[in-house]
Amino acid sequence: MQGLDFSIVPEYWPLIGKGLWWTVVISTASAVLSVLAGIGFALLVLYASPVVRYPVRLFMWLFMGTPLLLQLFLIYFGLVQIGIDIPAIWSGIIALSLHFAVYNADIFRAGIAALDKGQTEAARSLGFGAWRTRIYIVVPQAVRGTVPAVGNMMIALLKESSIVSMIGIAELVHSAQLVISETYRPFEFYLTAAALYYGLNLILEAVLRGIERKVELSR
Amino acid sequence: MNDTRPMIEVRGARKFFGPLEVLKGIDFSVARGQIVAVIGPSGSGKSTLLRSINHLETLDGGEVWLDGVQVNQKLDRRSFERHINGVRQQMGMVFQHFNLFPHLNVAENITIAPIKLKGMAKAEARALALKMLDKVGLADKIDAFPARLSGGQKQRVAIARALAMQPKVMLFDEATSALDPELVDEVNLVMKQLASEHMTMVIVTHEMRFAAEVADRVIFMADGAVVEEGSPAEFFRNPKQERTRSFLKKFLNG
Amino acid sequence: MDIALIGRIVPVFVQAAWTTVELSLLSLALGLAVAALVAMLRLSHVAALRFAGAAYVSVFRGTPALIQIFLLYFGGPQVGIQFEPFAAGAIALGLNIAAYMAESIRGGVLSVDRGQMEAARSLGFGEGQSMRWIVLPQAAKLMIRPLGVNAVALVKGTALVATISVVELTYTAQRFIGSTYKPFEIFAVTAVLYMIMVYGLTLLIDRLDRAYAGEA
Ligand SMILES: Nc1ncnc2c1ncn2[C@@H]1O[C@H](COP(=O)(O)OP(=O)(O)OP(=O)(O)O)[C@@H](O)[C@H]1O
Ligand SMILES: [Mg+2]
Repeated sequence: MQGLDFSIVPEYWPLIGKGLWWTVVISTASAVLSVLAGIGFALLVLYASPVVRYPVRLFMWLFMGTPLLLQLFLIYFGLVQIGIDIPAIWSGIIALSLHFAVYNADIFRAGIAALDKGQTEAARSLGFGAWRTRIYIVVPQAVRGTVPAVGNMMIALLKESSIVSMIGIAELVHSAQLVISETYRPFEFYLTAAALYYGLNLILEAVLRGIERKVELSR
Repeated sequence: MNDTRPMIEVRGARKFFGPLEVLKGIDFSVARGQIVAVIGPSGSGKSTLLRSINHLETLDGGEVWLDGVQVNQKLDRRSFERHINGVRQQMGMVFQHFNLFPHLNVAENITIAPIKLKGMAKAEARALALKMLDKVGLADKIDAFPARLSGGQKQRVAIARALAMQPKVMLFDEATSALDPELVDEVNLVMKQLASEHMTMVIVTHEMRFAAEVADRVIFMADGAVVEEGSPAEFFRNPKQERTRSFLKKFLNG
Repeated sequence: MDIALIGRIVPVFVQAAWTTVELSLLSLALGLAVAALVAMLRLSHVAALRFAGAAYVSVFRGTPALIQIFLLYFGGPQVGIQFEPFAAGAIALGLNIAAYMAESIRGGVLSVDRGQMEAARSLGFGEGQSMRWIVLPQAAKLMIRPLGVNAVALVKGTALVATISVVELTYTAQRFIGSTYKPFEIFAVTAVLYMIMVYGLTLLIDRLDRAYAGEA
């Protein structure tokens, strides 16, 4: 037992701060991509021909049934062995995006299915084609109802982005690990990282509440 | 002498919900075997008064007595919990929305309190349930689940459940106002039968005709205060207060 | 696909999957116990206890499970708490999932109509008795599905302890990807084992939910 000493934390702020920044960048990028890909998967599962639909469903089923960490290892350590070399940072973003896209797709699919059929009929009667109707009429409406559920996914994504530290991306947890390997003070720096995540989480929750309110008003 | 002591006595009952004074010092008493109907406009505090007697609401001032025992006496938390559970066993409460226990069948709804609280044997409790169900005309439903019953049947089971504890008084909070009109009579009939057996009852109701038929005394409340009270005959035929007259006029015309 | 390789590695992976199952069951048991306690705090009449419950939920849900594992395993010794990797993992995962399960339990209790508690109290049941005999039996049915979702998340979450070298399924997969250079074969075997657990559990929860939540 060596006792705790938090006074050395500020000294390492530049490194920790950088890690924090990368956590924000990776989470934001993955969040955006996971929503876009989620909408894409949802549309494919609902409307594409069976040749496309079933592989997409199989893929979703696979990704929902396995842990993110395993998926990350497959993309980063696995693909390179068959000649697909994706840099760590992109491996991390792809794993996070795909993992959460699958959950988002499930939410969007339910949202689209719950939408009034009259909307589609009205759009078609105006002369919109099938896909145009889906993209311009159905999706924008369905997405609104799913904001709270997708928001929860984004809260999970922010926290799970810590997993990409395992492939050496210098985000918050990895930065903490670098500092710890130098200072041998895991408790202080992991706690610091936890506190920073907690802060980010509060900010994200506030942002999501703002979005929810806005969406609620425009409904 | 014991028998002249009022069964229920409420003295200076006051209750606030935040800044809103819902009961503004209510006094009334119910004699043994007496039936009191409480009427009044919506929001006048009738439910709050009735729930205060059962201590489902805590009064901010005043006293409630049941058969010579103060219901809302000051005790430490633990003792009060024991005290109030004992007092409540002596009061039957019937709610507007029945509040039957949906995970228990009719027999279990009725017997759970006698078994768990009075230590009654299961067979004895079931016999008691059957007797109570007979009273409300539902003996054939003893093994049904509440979801299978009509509103009127549910309310009659709820009455049987309360009666099974052999309470000294029965409190009814708009027992029929959640029912379809054609189901009201079957519940009213049960209440009238209880009246004929000299059960002490406080009945909050919106049905003036029923109040006139069944009550020994009518209390009219408005804005958290008792405006007027009297026998049904004088109260309905010859109301003294302007407030009462306008309330009754609205009802008779509407 | 290298079928021969798959045949060779399956026994090792089944062994590893068993560790994942053990880890899941232990954390689930710990998680449920702690969750029941935290839910009780959250539903207490005492403001300080309510706050303590809310703080637990907020802290454990507001920070990554990975850091919670690292804090216990690497940071623990600094404050005199030392565990083997497996125990540290099970405890950290259990404490983490407890925060989510507490909310599932609380949600179930709050979904039971207030009138149920009042009716029980009016018959003379005490607060605890009313909870035990009237509210909880009804709430339990409403909790099956949300708690099931938590449990499924927990099974997938056990992969995190690969990072502290617990030889469970994901750790084993990573090691074999590194040594065999056959990522897809390894992934296929690992995925099948995870999906047996995850979808098996999902099926079980569906059954429970239909058996209990459906009735009267
Ligand atoms: N739990 C509560 N919190 C805040 N205000 C309340 C609460 N319960 C009742 N009130 C208010 O107290 C007043 C009296 O309510 P109460 O339910 O006693 O009236 P009531 O005479 O039974 O009316 P009704 O005929 O509609 O049943 C109302 O203004 C009501 O809005
Ligand atoms: Mg009322």
